[in-house]
Amino acid sequence: MTTEALIQEPEAPKQGRRASAEAMGAKQRDISVSEFFTKNRHLLGFDNPAKALLTTIKEAVDNALDACEEAGILPTLDVTVEEVSDGRYRVRVEDNGPGIVKEQIPKIFAKLLYGSKFHRLRQSRGQQGIGISAAGMYGHLTTGRPVVVVSKIGKGRPAWRVEVRIDSRTNEPKQLNDKNDTVTWDKDHGTSVEIELMGLYRGGRTSVDAYLEQTVVANPHLELSYKPPKGPLVHFPRVSELLPPEAQEIKPHPHGVELGMLIKILHESGRKHVGQTLMEEFSRVTEAVANELCKRAGIDPNAVGSRVDAAKIEALHAAMVASNAALPPIKKFASKVARSDTNLREEVLEEGTGFSPTLADLVIRRAGLEPTLKAKLVTPMMVEKFYAALHESQVKILPPPANCIVPVGEALVMEGLRRRFKGEFFTSHTRPPAVYRGNPFVVEAGVAFGGTLSKDDSADVLRFANRVPLLYQPRACAIHEAVLKVDWKSYGLQQRKGELPVGPLAIFVHLASVWVPFTSEAKEAVAHYDEVVREIRLALMECGRKLGAWVKAQQAERWETQRKSLFEKYIVELAASIHSITKVSEESVKADFHNALPNHVRIAVAPVEGSAPAALEGAAEGAAEGAEAPTEEATSAGDSSPPPPPLRGAGRPSEMPPELSDDGDGNPFEDVTPGNKRQLVLKMRPKSGRK
Amino acid sequence: MAPRKKTPAGATPATKTADGGATAGEAGVIGERDRVTLQKITDLAFNALAEVRRGKNPALSIPVRALSNVSFDQEAGLIRLGESRQSRNFFHLKQAKLFMQTFLIAEHCKKLIEAGATTSIRDIYYGAKHSVAGTKENTFEEQAESDPIIEDLEVTIDALREELHLRAENRGAMVGPMTIRDTGDTIDLRRMGSGGWSIPSIVEDNRIEFMKTEAEYILFIEKGAVWARLNEDRFWQKNNCMLLHGSGMAARGTRRLLRRMHEELKLPVYVLTDNDPWGFYIYSVIKQGSINLAYESMRMAVPQARFLGLMSSDAERFNLQPNVSMALKDEDSARIEQLMRYDWFAAKRWQEELALMKKTQKKYELEALSSRGIRFITEEYIPQKLRGRRGDSWLD
Ligand SMILES: Nc1ncnc2c1ncn2[C@@H]1O[C@H](COP(=O)(O)OP(=O)(O)OP(=O)(O)O)[C@@H](O)[C@H]1O
Ligand SMILES: [Mg+2]
Repeated sequence: MTTEALIQEPEAPKQGRRASAEAMGAKQRDISVSEFFTKNRHLLGFDNPAKALLTTIKEAVDNALDACEEAGILPTLDVTVEEVSDGRYRVRVEDNGPGIVKEQIPKIFAKLLYGSKFHRLRQSRGQQGIGISAAGMYGHLTTGRPVVVVSKIGKGRPAWRVEVRIDSRTNEPKQLNDKNDTVTWDKDHGTSVEIELMGLYRGGRTSVDAYLEQTVVANPHLELSYKPPKGPLVHFPRVSELLPPEAQEIKPHPHGVELGMLIKILHESGRKHVGQTLMEEFSRVTEAVANELCKRAGIDPNAVGSRVDAAKIEALHAAMVASNAALPPIKKFASKVARSDTNLREEVLEEGTGFSPTLADLVIRRAGLEPTLKAKLVTPMMVEKFYAALHESQVKILPPPANCIVPVGEALVMEGLRRRFKGEFFTSHTRPPAVYRGNPFVVEAGVAFGGTLSKDDSADVLRFANRVPLLYQPRACAIHEAVLKVDWKSYGLQQRKGELPVGPLAIFVHLASVWVPFTSEAKEAVAHYDEVVREIRLALMECGRKLGAWVKAQQAERWETQRKSLFEKYIVELAASIHSITKVSEESVKADFHNALPNHVRIAVAPVEGSAPAALEGAAEGAAEGAEAPTEEATSAGDSSPPPPPLRGAGRPSEMPPELSDDGDGNPFEDVTPGNKRQLVLKMRPKSGRK
Repeated sequence: MAPRKKTPAGATPATKTADGGATAGEAGVIGERDRVTLQKITDLAFNALAEVRRGKNPALSIPVRALSNVSFDQEAGLIRLGESRQSRNFFHLKQAKLFMQTFLIAEHCKKLIEAGATTSIRDIYYGAKHSVAGTKENTFEEQAESDPIIEDLEVTIDALREELHLRAENRGAMVGPMTIRDTGDTIDLRRMGSGGWSIPSIVEDNRIEFMKTEAEYILFIEKGAVWARLNEDRFWQKNNCMLLHGSGMAARGTRRLLRRMHEELKLPVYVLTDNDPWGFYIYSVIKQGSINLAYESMRMAVPQARFLGLMSSDAERFNLQPNVSMALKDEDSARIEQLMRYDWFAAKRWQEELALMKKTQKKYELEALSSRGIRFITEEYIPQKLRGRRGDSWLD
């Protein structure tokens, strides 16, 4: 964020008297970043008391977790929130992290844009160097109280106590207590931050409690004690003793690097050769790749980087980003173009991914075509030429290394969801790494379904960025957008167009990246990059498919139960009639029918979590010709029979049978005849005993 | 609806007449014919029980009563039921209730036979109707549900309706120069007043006997009102014919009676209906049988029956003004198409008649003839048509 860009315009001139340039000039001066954010505190998430309280806790917790992970320590956190007086809260967050060296403490807690994470590409919760000092600034602004920090960096070292506040005119820290104040602390190392602020403690979707509960979901390795303003202490034990692997710092990936960035890199490369610079500054650029990129741009790889002219740099940039561009299957594209009213360039931008207008034009021209060519006039031949031209202009570059991103992992996502929701079905999916604007990222999604989740409400969407729960601004978030873009109806849920699905569903989405594209400094919502939205959708669809299959299996089971009770109902009548005709005792007729019933009703075996039941229990030959009505022993002996067919509709989400039906061809229910090897049975005791 | 009564109505074994023909309320030893029917019903129940005891899905094999399973026997001039059967299973979501209902009806028929009683199909509907144990659902919600089940049972165990001791409501009437015996009563059909003798549903020879007659032919009229007109003119007396009407489509009893009179008394049968697809169809049912009751064609159809009118070509021949016609409706047109495809309407003259109706888009009721005068139908139309030539005045 550049503050210059946000400088306010001069005051509106009063009627009749306009200010002179000199008068205006006298008023023009620097604006410190702290002054700016004092006025624009909403940008940092302090726009109302409830949000201010949450943001303060969030910034401190995020920092504590970052510090612990970076130092390789399993985090143990204590969060205390007390209401000191009406609307005035004291927040304390204590960690067992590495601690902070004495000299840095004032700047870290009372200087905006000061931190260790901004100048690197590495996955962490904080990234801007604003978070905790902004919280301290807000606290001081509303209560006049400084931030109180206690920090210790090792056994036998002093635990420094620092009271500090920001001078918002200069954006410089002011320590208020004696610089050599220490306290006795039984911890070997760690940091405690205490901030007093005007706030509002309340429940609900955006509450402190919700934030901490969700933090626990995405951080199974965290042990957290939380003392809320009211009520008893809440303890969340660690679920995983494994610290997430250390995220590796990486260089930007050539896919989607911005032109300005490339110019800057080359200009600052001194006397280095272009090829070498590319290899040093970007990930996945080998010598071969560097040479190939230079060749496409018509640059000698051994030319000095800082002397390459602007046009050539632009060509180099085009070659770098071209390798990320992709188009739909050629037939699909051709038919779309034929029906379009726009021109070729528009169609490429619309249908392709990773195309900039410049890149689109470049490739179109390379194919010997005009970007403004009317789409209707584009022949299949031309489309072929265009595809060939794109292929020619692309240099194959490996995707960014995966070790720079540390997702939670499919198993732990499910574990986390299970801790949070009493559902019946859980599944999760982690996507392979992808890239937006040169930054690698990984999306993972999970769903919890059924159980005590509310049937009539919209799905509960839990959004996370680098393991931090995002509670505000759902509608502005790419995660929300991606959830809406998934067709949940095809997975057996209700969904109105453009709305969240309705049903007993919780959706978990985690975006992990070396640089999370937030829409603002408050880090509330993820920006809408096509690549990001696409990856989220794909992850959700994978979960949706598994969910759909499970839901369908459940439905089939319910139908079977209905069928069963229908048969039971008519058995009573039928037995009376057959008794009256044959004089065989009514009870015995009933028993005969009940004994046969299990052969003709199927109920699915309880599914393995995370996957839908692909098959049902196989039945034995016990029901074969001449045999007595099958008993439980007989039906369970069917292990050797060939695998039974999948349930109707399983894996074919869109073909859910609209109603109970035994009609039609290929109905699996119809296969249910004794002696049929594909026969499937329900393990259940006949209602009335065997005669 | 109350649940099923515990003590069956026909618990006391009833006696039957020697030939098994059911005479309501008449006591006697169960006859051979009844014994066979009872055996068929018990077999049906034991078969189901045997299957279910083997863990199988008990099934009833019911001949399919649909166009797909009938064929037109050119030689005999009959619609015959084909071989295909459909299976009705108990362990089947949509068939379970039907299966149960079939046995419920079978149970009631068995009781009727044992009690030597005959009831109407409406009676049996009420007799078998009760709430399904433990629910608010009824075994039958309306008669329209039980009627087809009865037909299913008839074809499944190959028993005639009267063998199940069931009859339909009386429909249709007859007058004419004949004396009959109806369950012991002698009836002179010349002295039946304006309403005629109401044709019962069961007209087998153990109930209805033909005695003395001077009739030379039989005239069947679709509509009761037109029949009343002819009876008022004592048309049957002047022309020596038996005069019947069916109040629309001829009921089973009427059809069986026509067949017996045709066969036993060697009387030709003439049919007079409205000039519309429905009228043509009524004629075809009398002549060749119906799709639904194809299994009864053998005993009910009169393949030699002749169609006297009203033909589309009559309009011109008898100078009927356009204003007494009616426009065809969409469903009429659809029905014409259907009839044209039936094998038993394949004859050239019939195709011409149907094509003419389709072309003119007009249909006529029998009453349209009254536009030519009140006695036109009795004094001109019918006599002229009877005198005329085959394929011209009348069709077969
Ligand atoms: N509890 C802590 N233990 C150790 N170091 C910390 C702790 N809290 C903050 N730091 C250090 O202080 C720096 C500044 O923190 P701050 O929250 O202001 O910014 P940030 O976390 O880098 O980015 P963001 O503005 O996105 O939160 C961090 O980069 C980190 O190096
Ligand atoms: Mg931070």
